[in-house]
Amino acid sequence: MDSFHFLWLVPSLPLFSFLFLALFGSKISKRAVGMVATASVGISCLLTLWIGITFLTSPPTGHFFQQSLWTWFDVGGFNPSIAFYLDPLSLVFIFVVTFVGFLIHWYSMEFMETEEGHVRFFAYMNLFIFSILVLVLADNLLLLYLGWEGVGLCSFLLIGFWYKDNVNCYAARKAFIVTRIGDTAMLLGLFLLVKDFHTLDIAAIMTTAPGTWTPRANQAFWVTILLLGGAVGKSAQLPLQTWLPDAMAGPTPVSALIHAATMVTAGVYLIARTHVLYDLAPVVQTIVAIVGAATLLIAGFSALVQNDIKRVLAYSTISQIGYMFLALGVGAWSAAVFHFMIHAFFKSLLFLSAGAVILAMDHEHDMFKMGGLRKKMPVVFWTFLFGAGALAAIPLITAGFYSKDEILFYAMASTKGSVWLWLAGFVGAFLTALYTFRMVFITFFGVQKKEITYMPGNRIKIPLIVLGILSLIAGFIELPHSFGHFVPFSDFVNTIFPKVQLAGGMENMEWTLQIITAIIALLGVYVAWQFYIKKPQLLYHFKSTGAGKSLYNFLFKGWQFDLLYDTLFVKPVVWLSKIDKRDFVDRIYEGIAGFNLFLNKSLSKTQNGNIRTYVFGVVLGAVVVLTIILFL
Amino acid sequence: MILVYLIIILMFGGLLTWIVGKRNPLACRWISLLAVLTDLVIIVAYWISIYDKVEITSKQSWLVDIQTQWIPQFGVTFHFAMDGLSLLMTVLTLFLGALAVIVSWKEINERVGFFHFNMLWLLAGILGVFLSVDMLLFYFFWEVMLVPMYFILAIWGHENRKYAGMKFFLFTQLSGLLMLIAIIGLYFIHGNNTGQYTFDYFALIGTSFSGTTGFWLMCGFLIAFLVKLPALPFHSWLPDAYTQSPTGGSVILAGLMSKTAAYGILRFVLPFFPDASQVIAPVIIIIGIAGILYGAKLAYAQTDLKRMIAFSSLSHMGFILVGIFSFQALAYQGTVIEMIAHGISISALFIVAGAINARTGSRDMNQMGRFWEQIPKMGGITLIFVLATLGLPGLGNFIAEFLILAGAFQTNMVLAIIATLGLVASMIYALVILQKIFQGERKKEWTLSDFSARELTVMGSLIIAIVWLGIYPQPVIKTVQPVINNMKMQDDAFYYENRYQPENYNSSEVISQSGIDEYASGGNIIFNQSSALPVKEIYTEPSAATKRGAILFHSTETPYPVTVGSDGGLIEMHPTNMFNYQLVYHSSSSKKGGVK
Repeated sequence: MDSFHFLWLVPSLPLFSFLFLALFGSKISKRAVGMVATASVGISCLLTLWIGITFLTSPPTGHFFQQSLWTWFDVGGFNPSIAFYLDPLSLVFIFVVTFVGFLIHWYSMEFMETEEGHVRFFAYMNLFIFSILVLVLADNLLLLYLGWEGVGLCSFLLIGFWYKDNVNCYAARKAFIVTRIGDTAMLLGLFLLVKDFHTLDIAAIMTTAPGTWTPRANQAFWVTILLLGGAVGKSAQLPLQTWLPDAMAGPTPVSALIHAATMVTAGVYLIARTHVLYDLAPVVQTIVAIVGAATLLIAGFSALVQNDIKRVLAYSTISQIGYMFLALGVGAWSAAVFHFMIHAFFKSLLFLSAGAVILAMDHEHDMFKMGGLRKKMPVVFWTFLFGAGALAAIPLITAGFYSKDEILFYAMASTKGSVWLWLAGFVGAFLTALYTFRMVFITFFGVQKKEITYMPGNRIKIPLIVLGILSLIAGFIELPHSFGHFVPFSDFVNTIFPKVQLAGGMENMEWTLQIITAIIALLGVYVAWQFYIKKPQLLYHFKSTGAGKSLYNFLFKGWQFDLLYDTLFVKPVVWLSKIDKRDFVDRIYEGIAGFNLFLNKSLSKTQNGNIRTYVFGVVLGAVVVLTIILFL
Repeated sequence: MILVYLIIILMFGGLLTWIVGKRNPLACRWISLLAVLTDLVIIVAYWISIYDKVEITSKQSWLVDIQTQWIPQFGVTFHFAMDGLSLLMTVLTLFLGALAVIVSWKEINERVGFFHFNMLWLLAGILGVFLSVDMLLFYFFWEVMLVPMYFILAIWGHENRKYAGMKFFLFTQLSGLLMLIAIIGLYFIHGNNTGQYTFDYFALIGTSFSGTTGFWLMCGFLIAFLVKLPALPFHSWLPDAYTQSPTGGSVILAGLMSKTAAYGILRFVLPFFPDASQVIAPVIIIIGIAGILYGAKLAYAQTDLKRMIAFSSLSHMGFILVGIFSFQALAYQGTVIEMIAHGISISALFIVAGAINARTGSRDMNQMGRFWEQIPKMGGITLIFVLATLGLPGLGNFIAEFLILAGAFQTNMVLAIIATLGLVASMIYALVILQKIFQGERKKEWTLSDFSARELTVMGSLIIAIVWLGIYPQPVIKTVQPVINNMKMQDDAFYYENRYQPENYNSSEVISQSGIDEYASGGNIIFNQSSALPVKEIYTEPSAATKRGAILFHSTETPYPVTVGSDGGLIEMHPTNMFNYQLVYHSSSSKKGGVK
């Protein structure tokens, strides 16, 4: 039996598990709940591996496989289906989602053991896996949008998992609404596509668009910029990045799975999936690159000054997705997807080890209250170090080096790249190394400030070790040209992507660029060592000056974007809803009613039974009438 | 006769409950439920039996038609008919009606018999509205619907019921009178024109009006429907009536009565007054959009749970107006699905509000909080319908709003974009329902019991319905498609008349493109992109199939200006709306210009 025909089971198994847990979860034991949830994702992962191996060994004709379940609806020939589309791009995504998702579920069984709402947690996690798989497997944009909103929903539900605290509810609501703004832009993009193509089938649009739209056509511009709106919302890029740091209110496995490894890269997926359209809109593609470059710098600076270990990682995620956008913007499609995969490994690892630390520190998030954990928690320390190395792109031995180096090279060398884009990425690389090792040094070195209350068990350690190994070795499937050009990954995904166009004479630059990138990463680590281990007083002095303090505060608050949006949007909306709470239209009708009542009252006063008044009325009337007759 | 039985069963059941009610309230509840369920079974069985026979491309939309004399002197007949649209509305009425009876089971304990009498007559009135095709009969049922609703509201309502009842009565009664005047006006104009004085719907279609008469008559109908819907600025009775009504009444008001208005616009306003509807469309769309945004804004500001849900309904009714007056096949379908999906989701929310009110005696959300801890089932179910309200894909409301907006986008992009902002707005208020009641801090100590088996049955059936509409709405779409084909044909005829006037051309023919072979829904021809101009097939005479010789077809291209035909004449593409173009062929002699 052909393994591809089981494709529908990959998203469906987590869905079944979700339904089972939602209906019967409260009736089975806590342990069983975690087992069911984890097993469903695990089986999905095995299926994915089987499908993936088949795909690699004997690819289907045309390098894609399509499985249609049913026609969603059919209105006058507009007939989106519930159908899945498997090609190298979606294969990479479903592999990462199911594999990392499985490890995180496994980890959660221990992490969430003592929490109430166990069933709810695992049910939502399963629903999330289902939604993201639908998102990446959808063969049309409407189904993709279903997955897109589905992951947004799960993100909302899981950020607000500890619902008893208003702060968490607020963070959840913020994430849902801010991403919805992007989603609405995306929906408008879909309407435009419906108007021009009368279909939302991705393959059909991608094949007809180049013939239908002239290059630089207006429609191409609008569609791509609107889709970009959706992408920046979901992927927390400028200007919709503000929700992600607050999203850390959710349980740590959630942050690892949704807000680092998978959901936040949906924007990258969307742009890669519709890359044909972006090729037709070079202006927008440049905007993508600029958004990526700006975001990676802004978030990198903010990551430097955070105290909450999860917030450092959150800003780091925003920054790393900025790199992916940069890659997309310069047309280095496969480099973006490669960095997505490597990032998923090391960032989920970092979150999971951070979670282990947080659990050990009795739910303390502030790094400055930890310290010295290196000796006491060796497994967590080493795996965290591997992840940190990959994030900081320590040369040669970590996977992050290979994926980031590729992006930096193309930012300069691609015909769509420029020295400015490269410079942004280059400065970002320094910042990344700096804030990453700041985190390592503060948390794991120095003096221990707090007692460890919980030592992680095997269900936490094993996922850490697996991801730690991957963070080191996964980069070897895509070696740079200068390292012998061993590139099975891009060979695989480039069956659907066009090759990057290199500007003339750039091939020779590769060595030079690699060496300075490597140096800058090591320099970042060195500076972090100096500032946080050797001479912490330097920074302390800087922070106590006025300018230093306000700069610090400005970066700490994420460049004050929240303040800006609060003033521009939130406050006016709240004010508007307050001033007219009782609906002025109703006041108008009440005015009419009141006027009638007033007439009624005044006229009924005349009917008082007093003969004198009546006679007076009659006489007065007669006088008025006579006057009119006489004088007019 | 099936249609008459449906109504008679309800009316008879109503009388029976009134008689039995005093002695045995429980029996009376069962009789009431049984009557509605019997009807529901009959109509669903009928739907299943005809489902396979419905042709998605057909324009033959009428399924049942029965007529007997009533007052022949005035041309009044008992004339009922049912097409796909009224079939769906009948199913919805009886489904929600059954649920309304069930949710009143414990809530209504005073004058139970009279309550159920009113409930069943109310449902009978609604069915009559959906099924009658004689204008006087329609008006009769429109009024039959009003009185029991007033009683339900004013007798079994909450603390401010008298005020709410009076307001509801005044608004709907006054607007109803406007409609009566319009009906009579229509009757006389048609009679004068043709010599045949009749209230029959089918005869009255196609009545021609001189000057602005048509416009004013349309306003009579339209205002009655806008009040009932309700739409801005006639919505003032809505928050009071929806809030003060007992749960069963709220379900009927929000779930069904608002749909009679939408139905009325689709059934009467557009077919009777096609020209005037086109004229007023921009105004109505703006009213709709204003309602979407203003309703959302008001909903967000409320602290009374039922009031908030009521204003959310105002917001969603805006989508219905936008859908209807976009005159697009996609948007029409969206409107029909919205009518059903909104009926389901708003009823569910009112039932939740009723359940919370029954447990706490309060509707004030500021006193609630962290209910999830005690009543997780209710929380989870509320979550589903909050998500439906904010238009989450996978639930029926999304399909509806997507189709409406996608359709509206084809006709008027700017307005559609503003309407789409409603999706952000709906999320902002909808989440408040969930978070204020079920999450956050506990404001007050309540002892709450979760949904009972009876309530779970009700909510379960609503969940199944809304999910079904969200993932496989095709049965609804297919059932109503012939009706929409019909309406679409009228719209296209309107465009044709206004855009293309043959007498202005020396020798013009409306032509089609070779390779067009797929006759799609809505009287449109799918434009086959692969075939190239020039044209082979030319319709020189008006053909029945294309109606007055015009051929409209979908085009994804915009080769708008001109192409030279084989004999040197011009082939011109006129956009008739965003999707459709018509090809007009001018022979080599000059063109005088006749396209407005």
